[in-house]
Amino acid sequence: MSESNLPDYRVQSEAVRDRFARIKKRPVTMEVAGLSKTFQSRHGTVTALKDINLTIHKREFVCVIGPSGCGKSTLIRILAGLEQATEGEVKLDGKVVDKPGPERGMVFQGYTLFPWLTVKQNVMFGLRESGYDKGTAEAEARQWIDLIGLARFENSYPHQLSGGMKQRVAIARALANKPKVLLMDEPFGALDAQTRSKMQAYLMEIWKNIDVTVFFITHDLDEAIYLADRILVLKANPGEVQEVIEVPVPQPRNPDQFLSPEFIATKKRLEELIHPPKQDDDEDHLNLVRMVPVNDEVGSVF
Amino acid sequence: MSLFSVNKPLEPRSRKLVTISSFVLPILIWCLVSYVPFIWHPEVEITTPGSVNYFREGMLVDKTVFNAERDKASAAGKAIPEGIPANPIYLPAPHEVLTAFYTSFTTEPKRSSELWLHESLWSSIQVIFYGFLLSSIIGIPLGVLAGTYDFFSRLFEPFIEFFRYLPAPAFGALAVAILGIYQAPKIAIIFIGTFFQQVLIVANTTRKLDPALLEAGQTLGANNRSMLFRIVLPGILPDLYRDTRILLGWAWTYLIVAELIGTSSGITWFITQQARYKNFDNVFAAIMMIGILGLTIDLLLAWFGRRLFPWQKAN
Repeated sequence: MSESNLPDYRVQSEAVRDRFARIKKRPVTMEVAGLSKTFQSRHGTVTALKDINLTIHKREFVCVIGPSGCGKSTLIRILAGLEQATEGEVKLDGKVVDKPGPERGMVFQGYTLFPWLTVKQNVMFGLRESGYDKGTAEAEARQWIDLIGLARFENSYPHQLSGGMKQRVAIARALANKPKVLLMDEPFGALDAQTRSKMQAYLMEIWKNIDVTVFFITHDLDEAIYLADRILVLKANPGEVQEVIEVPVPQPRNPDQFLSPEFIATKKRLEELIHPPKQDDDEDHLNLVRMVPVNDEVGSVF
Repeated sequence: MSLFSVNKPLEPRSRKLVTISSFVLPILIWCLVSYVPFIWHPEVEITTPGSVNYFREGMLVDKTVFNAERDKASAAGKAIPEGIPANPIYLPAPHEVLTAFYTSFTTEPKRSSELWLHESLWSSIQVIFYGFLLSSIIGIPLGVLAGTYDFFSRLFEPFIEFFRYLPAPAFGALAVAILGIYQAPKIAIIFIGTFFQQVLIVANTTRKLDPALLEAGQTLGANNRSMLFRIVLPGILPDLYRDTRILLGWAWTYLIVAELIGTSSGITWFITQQARYKNFDNVFAAIMMIGILGLTIDLLLAWFGRRLFPWQKAN
């Protein structure tokens, strides 16, 4: 498809427009207001995040994307309560967030399963913490393990599982607490391409069937468009919101949509935002011509 | 495949062979030095004293002295002394030590107040056991606390860091004055020798636990108490176990000092006593017993550890 034929990424079909209208009528799950984060370093004050404002509605899927160093990890850690904002506040269902809690489940890139616990015990961890007795917790955990299709592995230890399986357990472990929002910090970043697309499909399936809001960090543009209702695009130094994109690709999503005009238009827009074309960029490119001897007897490969 | 590939494990067969040689080689060198007459043998064991009046049968004299006396005797036309090359008394041959391994257990003590070897060994094991147990009971919890909470780290570690430079043997006299002359001061020396290192090492091990696991725990709703008992403790357990194994080895090194204070006792005292009687075969046998005992305990603990922590990746 030639570029001129691409629709504008802001143009939404009737169904999509309708869906966004319905999302905006839902109750607000998470509200980020005037959030800033600064660090003190030897070279003075570094602003990691500056004046982030965001409203996430119930059961919405929001992706955050941005260049490295834009503070997207800091943002999700503040939402989780693992770090404190310098200014502004985060509210979950109207209550201010100041420390970690099970109503905000988190999935980390590094799996972080407890290596000394079996799959079942890992999923049971949060349930036991919130006061379920052993029998109930076990029964609940079994259901979750069944849901992620790892029933055969419930007594395996994490080191016996593949990366994708570990991350499925981590998702089940977070969801077992019935969190209001699931925070995911580049959860599939360490997986190979095939496993990753499988995991994306799993996650879509889970999200469709479970009453949960997802806040998802990624650096993969396709992943963001494929998964998200809205994409929060951050820029670096300081970490600011550049644009919030309402993805015009209709739900429910399927892998065929990767080639749809809306998808490509959105991706093109994201590319522009994340890798803006620079005029005088002569620091960062290859200079192969000087090193590669060219054999004239062979015609040009082009 | 070459035996010298960087960072590659050997093939199973050569691996086993090299492991065995690790023990066989030193023993082979020992045998060579002991049994091949021209390799070292700086002394001569007299077989016939001849005309030299201070030579006795079985006596060891320096080679040069022997040669001088022999030349003198042969020049004077008197009876020539005879002898065979021998190693100094402090290097007994392997077979002598091997015999001593057995006989040292069956030989009655020279005085009725002295202990049999097995009694000495048992006394040493008790000293190590109680000293190390006491140190671990206090040291491991303190170390875990210091590694988990900055408060306890600031509270304990500076003083312990200072105290660990004070040599444990220096407390010998003090320990005797306070605790009497029997086992108690010895146990105290083992305790002082291991305790302070133990707290610091355990604290460090605790700090090395992946902080992401603690964060994961927090997002799953773990409170302070659960973090300590359901994440920190099980998380560091395999490393804690390994630290304890290494520290137990250190405890053995303090045994030597510990057993020389108050009333001498135990395997160290047995060694000193046997050296006094010049029974160096017994000395070597006893030293090896300590080695074998230490290695056996360590191997047992290692074997046990592999069964204790099934979630650890097999190497």
